[in-house]
Amino acid sequence: MSLAKRILDGDIRAASRLMRDIDDRIPTAMDALKELYPNTGKAYIVGITGPPGSGKSTIVDKMVDIFRKEGKSVGIVAVDPTSPFTGGAILGDRIRMQRHATDEGVFIRSLATRGNLGGLSRSTQDIVNVMDAMGKDIIIVETVGVGQDEVEIVNTAHTSIVVLVPGMGDDIQAIKAGIIEIGDLFVVNKCQRDGAEKVERDLRMVLEMGRKREDGWEPPIFKTEAILGKGIFELVYGIYRHKQVLEQGQTLERKWRERAKATFLEVLETEVMSRFIQKIEKDGGWESILDDLTKRRTDPYSLAEKIIAEELKDH
Amino acid sequence: MPRKIRVLVAKPGLDGHDRGAKVIARALRDAGMEVIYTGIRQTPDQIANAAIQESVDIVGLSSLSGAHNNLFPKVVQILKDKGAEDILVFGGGIIPVDDIPGLKKAGVREIFQPGASTEDIIKYIRENVKV
Repeated sequence: MSLAKRILDGDIRAASRLMRDIDDRIPTAMDALKELYPNTGKAYIVGITGPPGSGKSTIVDKMVDIFRKEGKSVGIVAVDPTSPFTGGAILGDRIRMQRHATDEGVFIRSLATRGNLGGLSRSTQDIVNVMDAMGKDIIIVETVGVGQDEVEIVNTAHTSIVVLVPGMGDDIQAIKAGIIEIGDLFVVNKCQRDGAEKVERDLRMVLEMGRKREDGWEPPIFKTEAILGKGIFELVYGIYRHKQVLEQGQTLERKWRERAKATFLEVLETEVMSRFIQKIEKDGGWESILDDLTKRRTDPYSLAEKIIAEELKDH
Repeated sequence: MPRKIRVLVAKPGLDGHDRGAKVIARALRDAGMEVIYTGIRQTPDQIANAAIQESVDIVGLSSLSGAHNNLFPKVVQILKDKGAEDILVFGGGIIPVDDIPGLKKAGVREIFQPGASTEDIIKYIRENVKV
């Protein structure tokens, strides 16, 4: 039986092995992904992003309680950073979610960014697709602790949650572009702390000044104290309300189309790049190229044009 | 591109002394591995399920409570029951020499006692994991 069929039959090991192959860029993983693709497109994908230590994992953990009580199965992709120096990573998001490790309706997968910028790992889309094919009703994608510009999550999720906490600097921080623009729902977590009201007030002002959305959705702000589970129920119902608005307009369809485009472009880019890198390595490798570039015998722009022209002529 | 070694570092049982586990996790990260750390007070079921969902190559168990003879073999057994006997298990912590043969017989591949260097553990993992 093929790996994909085993996954569709509910084989957990097969699914996690495929995720490993995807992450390690093993070429055969693509065969399984091709076979699984027709079975995707059913899950509702929720993204959660925010600065390090803002409580994303804890919020996810508590939301899972509610989803499970409602009988929904859940997949979680949690991304943590890879060390740029050693290539290693400590993936610790599971610590907050291990209560759910023995629940068969919950599948948690930790990913390292492996050098990808944007707050996600390059494998995220594909691994979400595997969970979708596994039949998960809700898939939650938790980004690395982001700063201001890690907005890749919008291409992955139907509903994006941005988590903020008190004490993050003055109100000008909130009017910069970036993660504030991508939030469909906002959370002020650790709301028992001093300054929570101010964060909420500043955020509300920014959102009121912001551009109007085509579908009329006005991003709500939820105050939570996730560690105690406070405000999580309201947050989950905020997700449902957003989902409803997306479904009533054509926005959900549009989001699936945007996601399909992002995935396709990513695959195309990876495939094209690996073809050119193979060509470079076959044609004498990097040394002569780097010599030419550093000694200024050629420039990167002309060289790229030349290699592309040669490759196209060969086929 | 070579595969990245993935390791689960887990603390079964009730002791909360996780400094050793964290030192190991950090050393393995610095050796270029991806380390999933699940925190303290984990049941063997939680550890085995996490190992499977994360498709790790190897699980490192740390125990300072004296319950290793009970807990370490349970993790090995649950992995086997779930068809994941290819995931190796090693252990460390306060473990008397006399307990080592029994643990190895139960399928725990290696035991590192106090005084073992992180270099030893990194070397052991690199030599025993087939990636």
